[in-house]
Amino acid sequence: MRTVQIPEATTVGQPAERVAWNKRHVLDLDEFSRQEMEAVLDTSSAMKDVLHRDIKKVPTLRGKSILTLFYESSTRTRVSFEQAGKVLSADVINISSGTSSAAKGESLLDTLLTLQSMAADVIVIRHPSSGAPYLAARHLGHASVVNAGDGTHAHPTQALLDAFTIREKRGRLEGLRVAIVGDVAHSRVARSNLWGLTRMGAHVVLCGPPTLMPWDLLKGRETTPGHPFGAVEVELDLEKALPDADVIMALRLQKERQQMGAIPSLREYARLWQVNTERLALCRPDVLLMHPGPMNEGVEISPEAAHGPHSVVQEQVTNGVAVRMALLYLLCGPAESS
Amino acid sequence: MREQKTKADNGTLLIRGGRVIDPAQGLDDVLDVLVRDGLVAAIRKPQNASSTEARSVVDASGLVVSPGFIDLHCHLREPGYEDKETIATGTLAAARGGFTAVCAMPNTLPPIDSRSVVEFVLQRAREEGHVRVFPIGSITRGRKGRELTEMAELAKAGAVGFSDDGDPVADPYMMRMALTYSRVTGLPLIEHCETPELSGGVIHEGWVASRLGLKGIPSQAEEAMVARDLALAELTGGRLHLAHLSTRQALELVRRAKERGLPVTFEVTPHHLTLTEEEVLGLRVRASPFESLTPLAYDTNAKVNPPLRAREDVQALVAALREGLVDAIATDHAPHTLVDKVCPFDEAAFGISGLETALGLVLTIYHQGQVPLSRIVEKLTVGPALVLGAKGQGLGTLKPGTVADLVIFDPEEAWTVDPQKFASKGKNTPLAGVTLKGRVKYTVLEGKVIYDDGR
Repeated sequence: MRTVQIPEATTVGQPAERVAWNKRHVLDLDEFSRQEMEAVLDTSSAMKDVLHRDIKKVPTLRGKSILTLFYESSTRTRVSFEQAGKVLSADVINISSGTSSAAKGESLLDTLLTLQSMAADVIVIRHPSSGAPYLAARHLGHASVVNAGDGTHAHPTQALLDAFTIREKRGRLEGLRVAIVGDVAHSRVARSNLWGLTRMGAHVVLCGPPTLMPWDLLKGRETTPGHPFGAVEVELDLEKALPDADVIMALRLQKERQQMGAIPSLREYARLWQVNTERLALCRPDVLLMHPGPMNEGVEISPEAAHGPHSVVQEQVTNGVAVRMALLYLLCGPAESS
Repeated sequence: MREQKTKADNGTLLIRGGRVIDPAQGLDDVLDVLVRDGLVAAIRKPQNASSTEARSVVDASGLVVSPGFIDLHCHLREPGYEDKETIATGTLAAARGGFTAVCAMPNTLPPIDSRSVVEFVLQRAREEGHVRVFPIGSITRGRKGRELTEMAELAKAGAVGFSDDGDPVADPYMMRMALTYSRVTGLPLIEHCETPELSGGVIHEGWVASRLGLKGIPSQAEEAMVARDLALAELTGGRLHLAHLSTRQALELVRRAKERGLPVTFEVTPHHLTLTEEEVLGLRVRASPFESLTPLAYDTNAKVNPPLRAREDVQALVAALREGLVDAIATDHAPHTLVDKVCPFDEAAFGISGLETALGLVLTIYHQGQVPLSRIVEKLTVGPALVLGAKGQGLGTLKPGTVADLVIFDPEEAWTVDPQKFASKGKNTPLAGVTLKGRVKYTVLEGKVIYDDGR
């Protein structure tokens, strides 16, 4: 375990905080204790201050190399990591599968080893196959691995920025009721949020078409003793899920779900599960509406709701940079022995 | 314990003082086995130690002597995938695992769907093989599920059964025709039971799949196909053998069919009898299944089709073996290269390299007191011989006069699995580093020692 100190430049007016941190990789939130989550969120607050400065640059990660390796298209996550690294003065190199040796048939592992040999300190990976970052972490001797989304498994930095956003708006996560609406079964955002939110003491209700619910949760509440999702509820009727919610997270609905037979039509999906102003009217007046993006406006979320007073979608994007700064800093920032 | 040379005639071998388990004869006693000219000459009460009637003597005291194991389900990969396995390496792995006969599955390149490929496999086995190789022909040409192979000619060339293994015969009409036509040869049709439209996943559809965000293969994908095939077997009178059954309800369907008198048989694998879906988490010992994942998660060496199932399925398989419902234990030995396995989970090949761990793995349920040793030996010997019908006659037993294929093993010896020491080219096993109890000491084919563990 090492203790790192939040850089002075980011903690003007605050006492230097010491954060316990012993992670080499960030693969999913199942491996984060509540204390570790809070450490990341606290560090993220300090980082967010930097983003609001006139000159958005601190020298904290000068001389560190961050490689982003994306095997799926992405705008916000990739740019968010790049911006986070650059604000901290790290060198950031972006590689996408179309331009990498993957197109020439190189295996994922060989690509990773090649990048590690070029002295990458952190490799940020997004891959369509669940578990790909675990393969990376298993075989890389030096570099840290950050999961930027793997298949339908996990998206831990998204869940951290979601937790950060909720905590910033509500001051806490404990005891809040969060409704996650949409294609939960295929959502890595939902999976990571299940770990993050339940660990922080929030109450989660999942809502969406039964064909897009994780089948094991659909069968009824998890009753295995010690199961971390024992308190997670499934409610198929959106209008029943919303009234008590403090937070609504709408998930992106991929249009292929209709072809695979999971929904009859986008029209029927929108009728039953779209978050719109009529449905927001059923909610608490201070309800937060979140979306991990990119949004299909008119399908899972109406344009009025997406850009309305409850929406914190744009702040999520800003917070994403802050959270990723915090993680990069915790993974490879200057260590100070305690 | 080492084989000793004496002055007696060439071609004689005395295996002295072992516990002879030959379920075909109901034998389980400390006995001597005398082999002459490749045949079992006599099984008798232990003689005194100075006997010199045999040229070679193996001291088997403390060991089990049984008929050589017969594997109904093995992928030797040749022709076409020699980087994964060859007939030479696969049959050497078989000998090390105590097997004296293996059935070679036809999902090769080209598939075993013509007389020339059957003959090629048999020729390679004669040239380089270490144990008997029984080719399985494919049910349909190219394993494409549209036209039947020339089953009569394949049988004449030496095929002992037919299978499109790796895939089911998806079209029920084609399976009806295949089962009906199989009456021409009388040989079993070996079905890989998986309804494609219900499958398409990479591990068992259970809590581990849900946890890992991996697409599941529901038990019902297997059970629906088992139900269909049983109905078609009843309709046609064809001879049906179900490969590697893995779910509790599939066993119940077969149980009811057998109770109705249907001549259906089925096999289970050592890994489905002992391992669960949790193997994919990559941890041997878990305090709680809800612990956080580590970089060892998504273990592609535990990716196999049918997938490792839930605990209740494993328990049901063990119970079915104990009561004798199971006809045979078969390895589904499926060797792969590192390239096939060191990759993201979705992209990894299905399969476990199983010949060399089969005995030790399956004996874990014996050591747990769940299944008697004689039952396990039965399902590795006479069980599969009966499934092969006429082609298995005279195999799987040590009756005097039959061919002297046998295995001598120590059921108590503990050893740690090191895939790098496998004879098989396939190092893909979830058991690397695991200590198993039960080790083959000698394998004897037609009276000749083809594997000696001490050498």
